[in-house]
Amino acid sequence: MKLLELLGYFNYWVFAIVLMVGLYAVISKANLIKKLIGLSIFQSAVFLMYITMDKVEGGTAPIIQKGVENQIFSNPLPQVLILTAIVVGVSTLALGLAMVVRIKESYGTIEENEILDAD
Amino acid sequence: MDLIAHLPALQVVIPMLSAPLMVLLQPRGLAWAGATVVALVSFAMAATLAIGVLNGLTPQYFMGGWPAPFGIALSVDAFSAVLLLIVTGASAGALLAAKPSVDQQVEEERQPLFYAAWMLAMAGLIGIVVAADAFNIFVFMEISSLASYILIAGGPDRRALPAVFKYLTMGTIGATFYLIGVGLIYMMTGTLNIEDMQNRIGDVTDINPILVAAGFITIGLALKAAVFPLHVWVPNAYTHAPHMVTVFLAACATKVSLYVLIKFDYLVFQSRLVDHDMQFALFLMPMAILGILIASAVAMFEGHLKRLLASSSIAQIGYILLCASFISTLGLSASVVHLFNHALAKGGLFLAVACLAYHYRDLRLDQLGGASTKMPWTCATVVICGLSLIGIPGTAGFISKWLLISASLQIGPWGWFLVAIILLSSLMAVAYVWRIIEALYFKAPVEGVGPQSEAPIQLLAVTMLVAALNLYFGFFPQVPLELATEAAGMLLEGAQ
Repeated sequence: MKLLELLGYFNYWVFAIVLMVGLYAVISKANLIKKLIGLSIFQSAVFLMYITMDKVEGGTAPIIQKGVENQIFSNPLPQVLILTAIVVGVSTLALGLAMVVRIKESYGTIEENEILDAD
Repeated sequence: MDLIAHLPALQVVIPMLSAPLMVLLQPRGLAWAGATVVALVSFAMAATLAIGVLNGLTPQYFMGGWPAPFGIALSVDAFSAVLLLIVTGASAGALLAAKPSVDQQVEEERQPLFYAAWMLAMAGLIGIVVAADAFNIFVFMEISSLASYILIAGGPDRRALPAVFKYLTMGTIGATFYLIGVGLIYMMTGTLNIEDMQNRIGDVTDINPILVAAGFITIGLALKAAVFPLHVWVPNAYTHAPHMVTVFLAACATKVSLYVLIKFDYLVFQSRLVDHDMQFALFLMPMAILGILIASAVAMFEGHLKRLLASSSIAQIGYILLCASFISTLGLSASVVHLFNHALAKGGLFLAVACLAYHYRDLRLDQLGGASTKMPWTCATVVICGLSLIGIPGTAGFISKWLLISASLQIGPWGWFLVAIILLSSLMAVAYVWRIIEALYFKAPVEGVGPQSEAPIQLLAVTMLVAALNLYFGFFPQVPLELATEAAGMLLEGAQ
């Protein structure tokens, strides 16, 4: 019973694990590109949390159709929010990569410790 | 009345729409002129809103005409009016002075893009302040952060790039934590409107997710607000940014995150979580005290002028948080007044730094000897704003230090301990401000460096205006005090 209860939260476990994988990569890697990959993973975990909580059992896409009544719908609001959050994530990643390009141009390296040594 | 109802929306829309227009203003100086006009218009709108709030109005705007809990609302109360004045005032002041300094630091063909990013940063910061919707705050936070990364990296100093990268990682982690917290609250209450959250959070039966949300939101926003020990991105980002960007961001960027933190804590969490006030006091107060002491000590031994002022900013964030953690009317008013006064003092100091930097390439303290003979007006403003930072009577800083000490004395026997800490840190402030003054007035000039004349008149005039405002609000603090008291009343009403 206990095990089933824990498995019932499967998506939330995955959310927590993916979140920590991302955070670990950001903290532990010295390569700036790898840091950005970690940051992206970190942000994606949150998308999973939002999408999981909007799911209603037996619910379908919230589109009103003729002749279909008493239909259960999933909550569309978190999906819309996450659409926005994905856009935010992509722009952050793009800006981060642009910064890495400029760091490479002026320092000749993208390893964090070498950059610190250079100044 | 008709127009004031639309101002909360126009406040965001005008700078945001002007950003793409800036890119089109290619001829020399036009982008600067356009940005300045937009910032001044925003400041005028913020002032109108503040006057409206003082007269008892609470301007609200519903996007698309949908009423509050369903649609997206923008609203302005006394607390946000103070922040609006700080953001638009800092932006307008910095832009008015910006031209000579930016011409020196940013290539001409990139200037339109630079001012476009500036407009976006301003629109984002204003958006955070007026938004009444938790998710909108996240989006505006990211708009302002992304734009400020661009601004910081816009200068000629290559060390700004790693600094921005660090700011970008920490800022994104902070914003994502905030997003997780908002998600958890939405999961339990089904609403994103802060006022509605406040009403519905009382009906939540399982409060564990709310507790977790409180943790995520507090840490996430503390990262953005550079609360000690999450401040590590500040010194490098402020030091290597173009000088005018430092003026703008130091005066308002971290304070806006602090505003969201205080608002969430008082309006959403205090009302529901058992003993939350204790957690707030016992968790944030030690961080604030450590921040005040350690950052001031670092500033005392720092050799670079901009880095010294950045350390002092971290200590000031500590003061603001310390007053907020008392959960009393006086404490909160002290907090809000200090937000305002610190923006004035630090804005003025960084403007003076920009004046000095116009002639000095190297801003280490031992390079600045003899500046007072060639740039007497600039050095005078450094003295006035420095005194305001310490909290000498007659300057704006004194008002907030006074309120801070009176609020500490209200909380009982522990109050004396806090007063001792405040006095000690003020002495440390005397020490580091004195080091700047000593370098400017009493050191012999270094061979081969040094100015032939004062800073450009445009830059100098704005700097002196800000210094004068520091004195003005030291003698006539009624307007910020009145707004702050009203804001404190509103926040505490939400906590009950």
